[in-house]
Amino acid sequence: MEDILRILEQDGRTPPERIAEMTGRSVEDVRAAIAEAEKSGVIVSYKSQVNWDALGRGDVQALIEVRVAPQRDVGFDAVAARIARFPEVRSMHLVSGDFDLSVQVTGESIYAISNFVTSKLAVLDAVQGTATRFILKRYKEDGTLFETPNDAPQRLPLSL
Amino acid sequence: MNRQHTAQRADPPQDAGAARPRIARRVQDIPPSGIRKFFDLIASQEGIISLGVGEPDFVTPWHIREAAIDSLERGHTHYTSNYGTPELRGELAAYLERLYGARYDPQSELLITVGVSEALDLTLRATLDLDDEVITGDPCYVAYFPVVHMAGGKLITAPTAMEDEFRLRASEIERRVTPRTRAVLINNPANPTGAVLDRAAAAEIAELAETRDLLLIADEIYDRLVYSTDEPFTSFASLNGARDRTIVLGGFSKSFAMTGWRVGYAAGPADIIAAMMKVHQYTMMSAPTTAQAAALEALRTGERDVAEMREAYDHRRRLLVRGLRRIGLHCVEPRGAFYAFPSILSTGMSSEDFAERLLMEEGVAVVPGSAFGPSGEGFVRCCYAASVEQIEEALTRMERFVKRHARGR
Repeated sequence: MEDILRILEQDGRTPPERIAEMTGRSVEDVRAAIAEAEKSGVIVSYKSQVNWDALGRGDVQALIEVRVAPQRDVGFDAVAARIARFPEVRSMHLVSGDFDLSVQVTGESIYAISNFVTSKLAVLDAVQGTATRFILKRYKEDGTLFETPNDAPQRLPLSL
Repeated sequence: MNRQHTAQRADPPQDAGAARPRIARRVQDIPPSGIRKFFDLIASQEGIISLGVGEPDFVTPWHIREAAIDSLERGHTHYTSNYGTPELRGELAAYLERLYGARYDPQSELLITVGVSEALDLTLRATLDLDDEVITGDPCYVAYFPVVHMAGGKLITAPTAMEDEFRLRASEIERRVTPRTRAVLINNPANPTGAVLDRAAAAEIAELAETRDLLLIADEIYDRLVYSTDEPFTSFASLNGARDRTIVLGGFSKSFAMTGWRVGYAAGPADIIAAMMKVHQYTMMSAPTTAQAAALEALRTGERDVAEMREAYDHRRRLLVRGLRRIGLHCVEPRGAFYAFPSILSTGMSSEDFAERLLMEEGVAVVPGSAFGPSGEGFVRCCYAASVEQIEEALTRMERFVKRHARGR
């Protein structure tokens, strides 16, 4: 089962027929395992990882450190769920250390992001403070390097 | 009858006035590489998919490369002990005990070498007297004949068969033992066939070595790449009775994708390791210091990399083997290394014809089985250390090729 997930994590488009050959299972078993993983939320979604920068698009991203006052009974979860629902938020984590929520947001411009922070985020009652760090360059995301060197490693075409 | 690689021997100079050849007889004796012309053919074509390589397609894991960079930054650029750094030997002893329950004294029973290539050369030079015989399986790794020959020995080959999954059998070895037999050389898992000896078969060979007083040279460079076996891999290091007559050769190239670093090791009884070290210290001094730092990191924290790469190879192995069978090339299941060795008998071509025409007509490079010895005729070696996409495309092209030539017959 985990080997199927590792194959799909590498390439979500790998067809069940090929996975069956690679793992020595029947196509039916592979389909069933994938369906089960989808149903139980083990496979969350299938997406393409797009490097918009390569198109020259000027989208701006920022990491926002948010300090939050935990609330009785629900801790950070209630306010976190509220913040996470904003479409501007690409990813978000509760972290240890000087602040509580690490929020990655994306917007069309620096102005759009600062607008989001001041009018949506900072005004929430539980939010005690924010620090916004604009992303200058993306090197790696979700395990994928964004810039690969031109001189890719070469093997000899034949070796014994 | 003994099958034997025969070398073409240049005639000795007849009259005293003729100029003596500049090249030593021993080197002249080595026939030119059978795949040399494929290099030139490949260089002349675009869009080749090569299943003809003999090394991982992975780049060395970053943490290992980073450890080497750190070693350079610290200025560790000097010779090491001839035996290799004490840290690496200590870690290697722990690694061999962890994997195989084999105990080697890091002070006297381990030698760090410039790959298994050097380790094998040292073993042969340290143990063979002139015209001593070494028995190995056929087909076998292409370097075996030349290195045995250059060490003054004779390589005697014992055939293996597809029907027996190309396993080297003690009985076939025994029939070839003569008073001149010094050692049995076993590549396990095997290049080019992917054959792996199970414990019983390995134990039989060890027993034979015991009764006939032979050395066992176990080339286990592919030891970490073993798939779908019913039992864990049996290293000759783990066969207790044979320990005092066994030299295990291993390395980092295939397990940790480190071919270019040139670092490997030999593990064996102290007297033989000391003799090997004698040759090593005067020819090589020590294995590259930076590569030893990388190897140390690999042993300490590289297990996860081994597991990940092995799983990826296993997936591609199944893909390639099933694909070859689907297009009508009979292929026994290779249990180790990263080669499939399908039969091409159904095409009616010789191995070399098949490989050459496949390359010219479809741009897929494979290695003719005959390059590995007479028992390799009728087969080709296909390496699955290639991407899934490359393997799929190679199979598509091979299918076209096989169909076209089946029609023509």
